[in-house]
Amino acid sequence: MLADTLNARPSGLAEAFALVDGLDDALVHGLARLDDDRAAALDALVTAFSATPLADRVTDAIGKIVSGTVTDDHLAVLAGCRVALLGAAHDALLGGLDTALGRSREPFPAAGAPGEAGHLVAGSRSWLRELAIAGWHGVDHELAAAGSPAVRALLADPSRRRLAVLLDGFAAELRAAAPVATLPRVPVRRWADLWARALILSQDDLPAGPAAPVDGRFLILGADLHEHPTVFRCQVHGLLETAGQVRLVRTSVAAAKVDTISGASAWRMLSAFPVLLSGLAGHRCLDVSEMTLTAGGDLLWDETRASAGEPADPFASARVLLGGAVAASTAPLDRHPAAIAEPVLIEGYTATTEALDLGGVTVGLDVERLPAAGPITPESVAASTAVIGLLRFDGDRWVIQPLAVQTTVRKKPVVLHTGDWALGPTEAKAAKAEAAAGTAVDVLRERAGRLLRK
Amino acid sequence: MTSESVAYERRSAAPVIAPVRPRKLAKVPFVELAEGRLQGVVSSGSDVSRVYVSSITAGEHGLSCNTNNNRPCGGLGGAHPCNHLRALVEAAVAQYGAGRVARYLKVEPPESETGIWSVLHPVAAQGRTPEVFSSFLRHLAYLEVPPTADPLPELQWFPAAGAVR
Ligand SMILES: [Zn+2]
Repeated sequence: MLADTLNARPSGLAEAFALVDGLDDALVHGLARLDDDRAAALDALVTAFSATPLADRVTDAIGKIVSGTVTDDHLAVLAGCRVALLGAAHDALLGGLDTALGRSREPFPAAGAPGEAGHLVAGSRSWLRELAIAGWHGVDHELAAAGSPAVRALLADPSRRRLAVLLDGFAAELRAAAPVATLPRVPVRRWADLWARALILSQDDLPAGPAAPVDGRFLILGADLHEHPTVFRCQVHGLLETAGQVRLVRTSVAAAKVDTISGASAWRMLSAFPVLLSGLAGHRCLDVSEMTLTAGGDLLWDETRASAGEPADPFASARVLLGGAVAASTAPLDRHPAAIAEPVLIEGYTATTEALDLGGVTVGLDVERLPAAGPITPESVAASTAVIGLLRFDGDRWVIQPLAVQTTVRKKPVVLHTGDWALGPTEAKAAKAEAAAGTAVDVLRERAGRLLRK
Repeated sequence: MTSESVAYERRSAAPVIAPVRPRKLAKVPFVELAEGRLQGVVSSGSDVSRVYVSSITAGEHGLSCNTNNNRPCGGLGGAHPCNHLRALVEAAVAQYGAGRVARYLKVEPPESETGIWSVLHPVAAQGRTPEVFSSFLRHLAYLEVPPTADPLPELQWFPAAGAVR
């Protein structure tokens, strides 16, 4: 059943991606330089949306863009087209997966009241407009750096952290790639994704998602690590046992950093979260009380509302409880195939360092998502007999990102988890490297103390 | 993994920035390739409260080295690099690799990692000490930004630096 779903593609998926690709290609050369082919690709969006509630706005915005007028409102409509198309692709892919896994999912409740408007996002919109007009090929050192003031202003406001972190990562890529015109290959889909997501988050009246306090036992399934030059984030997937229900949830802790802090020593930046990190490193469940759970399934981690519980084996939790756990729906504006990261337990496969053969389907191993800050390697996956992982969809195929493996290392059975090194590497060689690299954190903190508070 | 089988152009998680290589930071706490220069901050050997701001322009290879109070470095003799500039280049090569540094400075990559000075043709240049020093302070300021439990959904696009690349 799972094999069939992973082999098949939902109907209409290729057509949706083709429309998105047309829009994305227009951003390569810039909206100021649309040739006939690219204008035709944008016109295809007008046709595709003609029977939807967005029809009038799409027709108007694309007509104006093709004739040379690019305003913030027109660009918001373009970003909206991508959300609609990629959101539909997300729903079709995840719906198929849910059916195959027998996973039930709560619908997303009606959107909350619009959030606050803010002058802070105007700077972000203005840079994103310049980028869209110039296109990726028009990005030079100056344009790439022009987003920095907006990032600094957003970083200073904790309520704008999400947009700040996104723009900072995006801007760092453009700076590293500038001048983009000389780049052999442009990450067309990726930069359009980041641009469109940033533009959506830069709108003034985004709805706030509902959330409610919960009490229960958080059973860790595994940790997924994210990073760009100025952020390190640990996102923990787990099962939240509350009175009468088991929910599939995530919780996330992130810290700002700099590019010279990476690998296992990046965990040091998360020292403000000792309860969560001890739960990961010590394989314990965590008791939470009155902690906020969003409708999207994100438990907003608060150390003061958590305490370490009993030892808990993620594989035991997954075998007993994952099958019956109820998942949450992604917030409407966040739906995107790349946002799918669905926890699964897989056994009875044949593995190599590149893929898992499930019998009837071969699922690629997402090697790029095996972090240096954790102990799992392609070799330990190849020798494994059971895996807890995230199913993801990118580049028109499903891949699996292991978060934990039951495997054999030097002829001994071991269990490896991405979060094992949360309090420092448990393996001698990695611990030595971490100790050396870790002094970087101390050196920079000492400099910051001396120079920033003079 | 997917890079061979699926077009790089059509992947949301296509890798763009090569992760920097770990290096010691005590001597050269900050290096960047920015604004058309290899620039950074070098610790003074004698005075802990003093740092040197050193830079090399891309293309022309204009050298500059000043203290953070904008006093000229006594060791820099026109086109002849001082020890701070040598340390800066060494740190940049350790962090980014000689190939990326050479490309940024618009020269052919040297045959060995340590041979980058042999492909440069330095001249004396005006420094931009206040700008580079501000950039260093902004860099350090990241360490003062409080951590967050915000779910940050867009970080799905940014996997942590891999053991295998
Ligand atoms: Zn000097």
